[in-house]
Formats: sequence, structure tokens, C-alpha cells
Amino acid sequence: MLVLDCPFCGPRNESEFAYGGPALAPRPADPSAVSDADWVDWLTVPPNPMGEVEERWWHLRGCGAWLTVRRHTVTHAVTEVRLGR
Amino acid sequence: MGGNGWRLAEGGRIDRSRPLRFRFDGRDHVGFHGDTLASALLANGVRLSARSFKYHRPRGIMGAGVEEPATLVHLAGELASGNRPATTLRLSDGLEAWPVNAWPSARLDIGAVNQMIARLIPAGFYYKTFKWPDWHLYEPAIRRAAGLAPAPATPPDGAWEARHAHADILIAGAGPAGLMAALVAGRAGARVILADEGIEAGGSLLTRRLSIAGAPALDWVTAAVAELAALPNVMHLQDAAVWACREHNLVMVEERAPSRPAILGRSWRVRAGRVITATGAIERLMVFEGNDQPGVMLASAAQAYVNRWAVRPGRRAVVFTNNDSAYAAAADLARAGVEVAAIVDSRDPVPEHARAASAGLPVLAGHVVRSTQGGRALRAVTVAPLAGGGARRIDCDLLAVSGGWSPAVHLYSQSRAPIAWDDRLAAFLPAGPAGPVAAAGAADGALELGVALADGAAKARAALADLGFAPPDAALPEAEDLPYGITPLWTVPGAGAKAFLDIQNDVTVADIELALREGYSSIEHVKRYTTGGMGLDQGKTGNVNIIGAVAERLGKTPGEVGVTTFRPPWTPVEFGAIAGRRSGPVVLPYRHTPLTDWHMDQGAVIYEAGARWRRPGYYPRLGEAFQDTVNREARTVREGVGIYDGAPLGKYEIKGRDAARFLDWIYTNVFSSLTVGNGRYGLMLTDDGLILDDGVSFRLAEDRFVMSTSTGNADAVGQHMEKLLQIERPDWQVMITNVTSQWANATICGPKARAVLQAMGTDIDMSPAAFPFMSVRDGRVAGLPARVARVSFTGELSFEVNVRPRDLPALWAAAMTAGAPFGITPIGSEANHVLRVEKGFLSLGHEVDGTADPHDLGMSWVMAAAKPDFIGKRSVDLRRASGRPRRELVGFRPLDPDRQVPEGAPLTPGGRTEATEGFVTACVWSVVEGRWLGLALLQDGRARIGTRAHVRLPGGVIEVELCPPVFHDPKGERLRS
Amino acid sequence: MQRYSFLSLCRHALGQHRGWAPVWRTRPLRDRYSAIIVGAGGHGLAAAYHLAKDHGITDVAVLEAGWLGGGNVARNTVTIRSNYMRDESIPFYVKSVAMYEALTRDLNFNLMHSRRTMIDVLQTWGMVRDRRRRRLIMDIYGSTYRDIDVAELRRRIPALTGGGPGSRLPILGAAVHTDAAVNRHDAVAWGYARAADAMGVEIHQQTPVRTLLRGADGAIAGVETARGPVRAPVVALAVSGHTTTLTETVGLRLPLRTINLTAFVSEPVKPVVDVVVNCPDLGVYLSQSDKGELVIGGATDLGQSFRRDIKQSVFEDTVAAMLELFPAFRRLKLMRQWGGHLDMAHDASPIVSATDIAGLIVSAGWWGGYKAIPAGGAGLAHLIATGRPDALTAPFGLNRFRHLDYVIETGTTTAR
Repeated sequence: MLVLDCPFCGPRNESEFAYGGPALAPRPADPSAVSDADWVDWLTVPPNPMGEVEERWWHLRGCGAWLTVRRHTVTHAVTEVRLGR
Repeated sequence: MGGNGWRLAEGGRIDRSRPLRFRFDGRDHVGFHGDTLASALLANGVRLSARSFKYHRPRGIMGAGVEEPATLVHLAGELASGNRPATTLRLSDGLEAWPVNAWPSARLDIGAVNQMIARLIPAGFYYKTFKWPDWHLYEPAIRRAAGLAPAPATPPDGAWEARHAHADILIAGAGPAGLMAALVAGRAGARVILADEGIEAGGSLLTRRLSIAGAPALDWVTAAVAELAALPNVMHLQDAAVWACREHNLVMVEERAPSRPAILGRSWRVRAGRVITATGAIERLMVFEGNDQPGVMLASAAQAYVNRWAVRPGRRAVVFTNNDSAYAAAADLARAGVEVAAIVDSRDPVPEHARAASAGLPVLAGHVVRSTQGGRALRAVTVAPLAGGGARRIDCDLLAVSGGWSPAVHLYSQSRAPIAWDDRLAAFLPAGPAGPVAAAGAADGALELGVALADGAAKARAALADLGFAPPDAALPEAEDLPYGITPLWTVPGAGAKAFLDIQNDVTVADIELALREGYSSIEHVKRYTTGGMGLDQGKTGNVNIIGAVAERLGKTPGEVGVTTFRPPWTPVEFGAIAGRRSGPVVLPYRHTPLTDWHMDQGAVIYEAGARWRRPGYYPRLGEAFQDTVNREARTVREGVGIYDGAPLGKYEIKGRDAARFLDWIYTNVFSSLTVGNGRYGLMLTDDGLILDDGVSFRLAEDRFVMSTSTGNADAVGQHMEKLLQIERPDWQVMITNVTSQWANATICGPKARAVLQAMGTDIDMSPAAFPFMSVRDGRVAGLPARVARVSFTGELSFEVNVRPRDLPALWAAAMTAGAPFGITPIGSEANHVLRVEKGFLSLGHEVDGTADPHDLGMSWVMAAAKPDFIGKRSVDLRRASGRPRRELVGFRPLDPDRQVPEGAPLTPGGRTEATEGFVTACVWSVVEGRWLGLALLQDGRARIGTRAHVRLPGGVIEVELCPPVFHDPKGERLRS
Repeated sequence: MQRYSFLSLCRHALGQHRGWAPVWRTRPLRDRYSAIIVGAGGHGLAAAYHLAKDHGITDVAVLEAGWLGGGNVARNTVTIRSNYMRDESIPFYVKSVAMYEALTRDLNFNLMHSRRTMIDVLQTWGMVRDRRRRRLIMDIYGSTYRDIDVAELRRRIPALTGGGPGSRLPILGAAVHTDAAVNRHDAVAWGYARAADAMGVEIHQQTPVRTLLRGADGAIAGVETARGPVRAPVVALAVSGHTTTLTETVGLRLPLRTINLTAFVSEPVKPVVDVVVNCPDLGVYLSQSDKGELVIGGATDLGQSFRRDIKQSVFEDTVAAMLELFPAFRRLKLMRQWGGHLDMAHDASPIVSATDIAGLIVSAGWWGGYKAIPAGGAGLAHLIATGRPDALTAPFGLNRFRHLDYVIETGTTTAR
């Protein structure tokens, strides 16, 4: 049970949030202009470091904001929580 | 008891005025309030109290606390529970305990026959044998022999409760370091939780005779506990084990005996700013032949029994040590009237301060105990110089051993802080940088009282400083203690097949040597091959000795050999305590509509639908068979009028300047062209090009839509939309509101639906021209404010009447009354399934099984070609570009109209036993055709319409004729009527 | 290879067991091999064994960062089964289960393989449908599910007293997967290692690979280890959660992320459950080991983590779920709890595949990979030896992502 410091609500237990997957690069503005390989890469290949990873969390049982959280994949240390992307 | 002389006439922390009767191993005994089961057994002269796991060797009590590796009991009666160390069981009146793993009793144990074949069953023997003809021949007997106590057979009476707490500083352990840390932190005003697993506070001070500030140390403990009790910012939990230290400083505490009736225990989840683990240290055994005999005991345990419980664990003792601490134990034994025949110390010379601490007792420096004599009770030990030479026998009935001390780094290490080997103390010590979890006192290697107190204070000060508190000035109390020094002796020369490293799992020096000889040389291999350290005590007394023994044999240091990972829990915790009050609907909450009770009163069979809604499956009448009920309900809708509770349907309001643009982006088709008051069916994909959901959205105003979703996916759709909006399009002005619980609905469907609505009374013009299919009108129905939508999930004329949830029962009642002359009938999800299959409408989880795309489902029309982009478009196009064959939606009729095809059944070419070419997504008894029919996803299915295909079943093949996936009203005239 | 049998055990007992030979050897690390397998876990060791046995290739080094058999093979809940849903998956797992059954003899090492069957406890109609669909397609490939009613279920598992008619989720029925088995995980790793070593494969423990090495032509050239460079024209990665850690050293990106699974064991008790009990609606499964411990697994934490641990909340959910069906286990005690990390592919199916870098092969994305060790190892060996996948692993190539042709095993998220 992590503690995430919501910019609106302050530190809250993970149980108030829904995990929303790894933070992908911004979705291509015009997907048809992107090559097949680049599209597949954007869609299916997330960063997977032994270290800090950025991921999305939804404060579902709180303010409803989508947050981007920087978390260490070995220690769980959270070093940043920001609103949106 | 009494006259046997084991119990001292005075002293100890027991109440001689409160005798307690108890039963152990089938015999009655009496102890005192304040006893543990172990101390009471020793006071009653019970020496043989257990049988070992593998060889069923006689065992006694070896420890005095959680480290006890030998005497495990299971409790009978109300307290029924297995595998409890006798040393941690508080004695109570009427307690009945049995040794585990012994039958019929520890004294006459049948399993002891295993001792005769010990040589055939060394470590890992089972990997080499029991292969012929088959392991299954041997396994049942092995399984019966394994395990310890019987499994609990009935749920306990009463419950555990859970509490959540926050603390600035949580301190695990109320020994000298923990109490000192609590005093410093508490005086500074920090919120402190102090939790200790003992029955009373004091830790090692309860069992040793030490002084603090010139007075008995226990006076200091009493004063400290009193001061903490007076501090409102300090919560002190006693008999409360800290069993896990988890992510983000979540600390788990099990309070075993909260003073509330009917509460078996209390589980605390404490979120702490800082954690101080003042968990003490565990004494190690010495390793020599016969070191497991009843009568062999940890020196600290022997010391605890005389000091804390006023019990002599023997009449004539030998003390065997490689360090200084046992000298104090020897002195305390002598003071209690135990004759100390010799202190056998493997070191030579023995430090003067150690000799001084046990003045007058004979010391054999540079000597070791080679072996023990006696069977069920110790009679003598054989002592010899370490360097070799003449052995001699010393008669004794108690052998107190001390192999040195291992700081209890478990909790500290669980937090992922590192530990490292320390040569001076011959132990693994906390070695992490200052962080949110710190160790203090003996757990930190501060094995002398004064240093432990100072360490506790220092760790509290550091935590306070981190948290922004001003640490108070306070002088440390003065304390004297025996200095600690050790020269490790991991195994006594000659230790072999009866020298035990792990008492509980019967792992010997010979086992370790066998493992190393066979190449299992990593400590993890040794542990797994021999099972050392894998018992209920998780190697509390044995692990470091195993590491030492391995290091000695490999010519490495224990630090190089390394330590195995510490995992929760510190001591075993009941699953009931972990779950707390969570059971039934607390584990799996459910949702119900305002009508769930009505449905149940009507005798509806309730299904667990998607998203944990409880919905009626069908409403059987007395004596009616399942299929008859479903047919009746379905036929009602086709021929008359039916009504169903649509409250669980997911509903969202999408508002704002960019609402239409947003829907265009998340749906495959166009919504911006929709006119106000009208609705459109939409299909929503993920960017993987897979179908997420479908539903109808109505435009209520230029900037306002109401979207319906499937029941099961409502939450996922909400998450999907919000994520896309907030992460990818934060500049768009869209507000998404889940209104599932704000709008409940009753859906009235069938050719007579309009007549029923008119009979209910409404101010909405119900004529087909004024209120066409796929439009929405606000108004009043049966006097209730309502929003009526003309949508159809059944293929018939259908009105979804949305009202406030509190109005739904009234609306429903009005419909049932007004509809009675028309034969209105409530229908459940089974009939709905029939109706939608007949009409060829999709169902998520049936046709949409995670692989089909809209083209496969014959819905290419919904993929707006004109839109340059929508979520999922790129991936659908990419996937189809591969040209791989697709499975497409078709309808089918079995050649035998009475033949039901199981849903999910595979279709294979010619019905042969080979790879499938599709599967049956649905099969129902059709009320319009009077036969079984269904839908399937089939490779190149559309091109094969008109031909036959084959359902392959274990018992045979069902031939079906393929047809378009719509069986009823293909032109949609009825739903538009 | 020294022969293991009851007779040899008796013979060695006379000699105080001093005559047993090492199960594997420690040899000097050479600077060149025909093939390198990174990771001496279940899949890596099985691949080494099959390279030697099936393809006669023994000039192979298995490089292990820690101790052999120390990865997920040391941490899993040993459920071996083939109850899948797709044509791509079922035959592969059917083969793997069958290979396991013969493995004790093949390796002359008692894996204590026990075909103890798995019973799925079904509590929603959706799950009943799901199991029926599986049963009907599994039958094509010879894998079995048999429906039993609630009375039969309770007779088979007397300790399962929850899920009654008045409970939150009453049990509707059950499905018996008679092919399911459990065995001893350490023995699997050790047995493969011993047999591979005997055929000449070198296993190098404490040899962490730091980076992969590419030649001037861009093809794989070997690996850089903590003990120096080692060259080989073929390098296969069987390192579970660390696959991307290694492929990133040569700029290869893969659709994998590393997550954690939980497992925990109770105190050892006398026999109380003799099958694997799987409760997919509640998200928990359990079996009882030969040592008497209940081995329990359940929910996944989908957040990326290399921690080999599961969050307390996820663990507690699993405990609460178990007690719904086994209320008497409230009195049973937790003895040890741990986690394993593994990598999950974007479509949650495994990857056994060549890559865009010539000579670099990956075997990854195994969640629930324990049951796949024999067939996965044989498939990986085939790929290393021939450069082509065998028929059973062919569906699991990386090329499926080129057109997003996912292999989706919907509903297989329990009892992995």
C-alpha cells in the first residue's frame, strides 16, 4: 500500500487510486503519419527500467484527477506526483 | 508440582496465589499466573515435551521466547490452534495442549522408529529415491508423516478487528533500547507507537539481573512504562507483535489479547514517519553431537527461567559457551541454587571480566562439550579440550549453551535496508545508511545495556530531527553490564549426524556436509537442499550457525557466504488477523438497484452480473422449468409487453464546448453530426484496436450528451475516457460525470409497450412521428419526472424510462398496474439474451471476446472512413493489413432443430479433431423460430453463409447451417414501429 | 552421472554418504562458446539440457548472476496445468505437462511430481461459461476438464466449507482439471542442471552479465560479464524480469514490463487439501505441499516492480479471498510471504523468439512460466540450434507484434 501525494488532496493511501499503466509518450497527433513500426513501438513498448519509472494513476476515490507519478521500481520511493501528463 | 523442588520458593514474576490447572500431553499439571506453558512445564519437572520433525527424536524446551525451536504444541478446545511455541503461550486455567508431531504422546511416540533408519534418510534423500515405479506410490505416506499440528477444522468463535493508525515514530520492541527511544521521542511531543510482543515490557531486562541508575533495572522499566502511559502522544501496545515492515513504512502489528470480549485479536496497520526496530537479539546454540537432547537449553533461556519464572531448569548444570554473556547466566543459575558443575568455554584465555562475573564457578577454558549422554533426559556431557586430548564425563541434567548472539535484524531487513557481517560480534548487523527505518539496541549490535540505552536514545533523536521535532535534552541513565566478546566456534570438532544446526527441521552438520559435497554450495542451495531455516521458526536460532558452518567448510567468511532473504512475518500470524473483519460483502461488495428486493420477492433467481451488480436472471413460476420460464418471458416481449430493470446500465454525461469532438475521437463513428434530441449507437475501441464497449449516446444539447455503456464495463469506460481527456487532451473543455446512480430505469418493451406507457399517463407525445426510434424526450411518466429514450436491446418497440432512483419503485409499480391488462411481465437477463441473439445484437464477453474487431462483427459501417483519426483506428487498420484470415460473425441453425449447441463450443473443419476455425458465441432456443439457433465467430464466416459448418464436441459433431447473424426482423421495422 | 536409486542410497548409507559426487561441476570460464544461455533458471537450464540431448550441442555456457535455480523457479507455486483457451496455447502446455510427467525418469532425479489435479471453484455464471468454453476446446488437444457438482466438490475438499447458499458468492459448480500437477521446484532446476552438466554443458554461477556485445556486422557477438567478456555467435536470454535490462544495453526495445506476483505459505499442518484449489472468481488458489504447508497465490500487482515483493494490500486481498471459502483457516498461521518478479508481454502471452539482432534470442514474458519449463526449454533449444522455432513455440514469436496479432488468453489471470 503506497502513499501517493495528490496535488489536490495531499498524501493518500494507494487504495484511493487506480493504477493506469506506464506513462507512454504523447499519443501521435496524426497516427496515420507514423510508420507502422513506430506506432507499434509507441503502443506496446513501455520503458521498463530498474529505477525510476513514470506511470499514471487515477485518483478515482478522491478528486478524480489523473496524475503522473515518478516511482522507483526497486524501492517504491515516489519522487514526484504531478497533475496530468 | 510444589514438592519436587523445581520451583523456587520466592522471586520471579509469577503470582503464587493464583494457581492455574492445565493439561499437557494427556497429563494434568498446575502452574501459576505469570507462567508460560514452558515455564510451568519445567516447574512440573517435564523435560521431554516434544518430538522432532523428521527423526522423532526426544526434545525438550530449549528457549524462552519466540526463538523456541523444539517444543511446539497445539491447543485443544476453544483456543484451538496449532504449532505454538510453548514458550510464548501465556498459561491460562484449563489450558489443554498437546505436542505436535507425536503420537500417541511425546513419551511413547510411534514415529520414533524413524531414528532407526536415520542413516537412510539424510538431507535430500527423497530426490534420489521413491522414483520407482512412481512417486505416487510413496507420496501419501510422506504427506501423512509431514506437517506438524492438525489443520484447524472449524472457524473460530469471534473475530479479529483491524485498526489503522498514523505515527511519527513507531518503535518495535519495549526492551531497554525501545523504551529509551520511546521516552526520548515521547518527551519531544512526537506521536509515538510502541509495540512489544512480550506479555510485559522490559525485554531482556525481565530475564537478567541488571541495574539502571543504581536500582534494579525493572524499577526503571516500571517508571518508564508509567511515564509513557502519562504521555497523551504515546500509544503503548503490549503483547503486540510487529510482524512486517512494508512499503512506504506501513507497519503491521498484531495485538494478541486486546481487552475487549469477543475480539480474538487486533490487527494494526500503522503508517509511520520513522520506524525504529529495537527487536533485541537471539542467542544461538552450540553445535555438537547430541545438542538437541532434552536438558540442553539456551543459556539465556535457563537464566530467564530462574530469574523471571523462578524455575530451576535443572539441579546440576554445565554451561557451554564461546562468549561472555553465558557467565552472567551461570552466576544467576548458581544464585538460584543450581549447582554449576563447570563453565566450558571454547576460548582460551577467558576474559577476566567474564570470570569475575561468575566468581567461584569452575571454568574449563579451551574446552568443548563433545557429546551428551542420556536418552529422554540429559544425564551427563563429555567434555574435552578443543585442541584435542582426553575427554571426561561430567554428570548434569542441564546443559546451558551459548553460541553467541544474533541481532534480530529481520524487521529491519524486511524494509530492504542492507545488513552486513561484523567480525567483532560474529553477527549480521544493520548496515544501511540513515533512512526511514533504523535499528536500535541489541538489534543494532549494541549487546551491552549502557550502549543499548544510548543507541535507543540516539536513534530516537535522529528520527525526531528528520521529522522536524526538537529532541529534548535528557541524560542517559547509568547502567552497568558485562562487556560482550566472542570467538565464534561454529561446530565442535566431531560434530556430525547428531549435531543439529536447525533443531526444528532436524538438519545436522552431516547434512550440511553432504550438501556441500554434492555441490549445493550456495547458501540458498544448502538451505533448500537440507531445509535448514525453513521451519516454523524460520531459522531464528539456526540460520547463522548454518552460515557459519558452511563458511568454515568452504574457507570463507560468513559475510562471503551471505544471508538468505528475510521475509515477513517475523513470527507466524493467523490469517484471520490479517483479514480482520473482511468477509462476505466486505471482500466482494455488491451493487443493487432500488428494485432488487422486489425481484427477490417475486422469486427471481439473482445473478451476479458484471461490475458486481445483482440482477434477476429469470422469474420462475411455481413448477415451471427453466427453459419454460425463459421462453415465456421472451415470448412476452415478442408478442405483448415485457419490463426489465435497467438500472445497472452505465451512464455518463459528457458536457462542454468540446464534448462532440471528444465523442468523435473516442467512438469509431461520428457524433458531432447528431442533432439535439437524437441518439446514435457507438462502438468504442482501445488504441490496441480492440473493442472496449458499445452503447447509445443521446445529444441533449449542443454541448451535452448522455452516454450509456454496458453494465460490466461502465467503470472501465469511465477510466478510459478520463485518462484520454486529462492526459492526451487536457486543453479540451469536456466534463465527464458518471450518472449511473443518478438515473435508474425501467425498460418497457414489446409491441404493446406504447400502449402501456400511455396507460401509465405521460405528457410526452408518444406517436412514432413525434417520438421516433433513437430519440430522447424529457417529460413526466406516471406523474414522475422522467427522461424516456427510444432504444432497443431486444429488437422490439422499446422505451427506456429513466427516473430518479428513489422514483423507480413507484414507476415500476405504475407500469405493472397499468400494464396488467396488456399482460406485462418482468423479464430477466436470460430472456434478454435470447432476444438479443435472435436480433443479432452484440454482447460483450460473448461475441466481443477480446479478439474481434468491428469489421469481423459486420460493423464496418461504424468505422467512420471520413474521420482521419479516432482511438483504435490505426491499430485496426494495421492489423487487417497483415491479410491474415479473420473470424467473422455469422448466425447458425443446427440441422437438428432440437439440438442445443453449448455456448463456447469450437467449430473445426469437418468437425475433425484439429485446430479450431471458430467457436459458438451464443446459442438459444428461439421463440420466433421455435428451434435452437445461435451466433458464432468463424474463419471467413461471411463468405461461407449458406454452407454448413461443424461444431466439434467431445461426444460427437453437430452440423449447423450458416446464415446471416440476424434471425428476427432484419429490416428493423419492429423496433422503429 | 551418478545413478540415483533406492539401492544406491542404501549403498552410500554404508559409507556415511561420503561417496556422493557433485551434482554439477565448477569449471573455468572460457572466452568463447558455441552458444551462451543467460540465466540458470528453469527455462535456461531446460534449454541447455535439450541443446545437449536433442541437438548434440554441448559447447554451451549457462551464465547465472546468482545461484542456479534462484530466480522464479525458486519462488513459484508449482502449479502445472494446461487449461488454456486458444489454439496457440493449449497444445504447447499439453506437451509441457506431458514432458513433466516423464521428467523424473529422464533426469534420474525425483521431482516428486504429483498429478494431484486442480479443481476450479466456480461462483459466477460468467466463469461457468468460461470454463465450459475451455473444456470444449481443450478436449481437442487431449487436455481435460470435468464438471462436478457442489456436493461432489465438498466431498473432494472437506475443508472448503464457505460459499454456501447464503453466502456472498454461492458456489455454482466446479471443474476438475485432471491433468494438473505439482512438483518440487528446486528439484526441477537441480535435475536439469545435473543432467546438462553431465552432458558437457558448463554452468557458471556468480557470473552476472553486464551488457550484451554486438559485432561490427551488428550481430550478437557475446556478453560482457563481471568476470570478463565471453564470446558466442548465439546468445539466448532466459532472465525473466531482467530481459529488458539486458536488451537495452544493445538498444533493443521489447514489449515487456516487469511486475510482481505474490505467494505465501502457512505453517505446516497435517494433510487437509489434496488437490490444487483454484478460485478464479475470488482470485486465489492454493495447494498443500508434501511438507504440509499450504502454498497460496493470487492477485497480481500490475505496477512495474523489480522488488520481489508484493504490496501489503494485494497480499491482504488474497488472504481475505481464501478465507471466504476456507473460513476455518482463520486459525491457520502465515509462515512466510514473498514475491517474484517476471516480465509480462503486451498481450500477456510468452515470447520465445529471435530478435532484430542476429544471434540474439529471447525467452520472456512467462508469467506462470513454471508449467512451461519443459516445452519452453525444448523450444528455446530448437531455436538456438536451428535458428527456427519449433511448431509449438512458433505462435510466440516477436513478429506477432508487427501487426498486433496478439495471443490473448482472456480469463487466464488466475492460477498461473
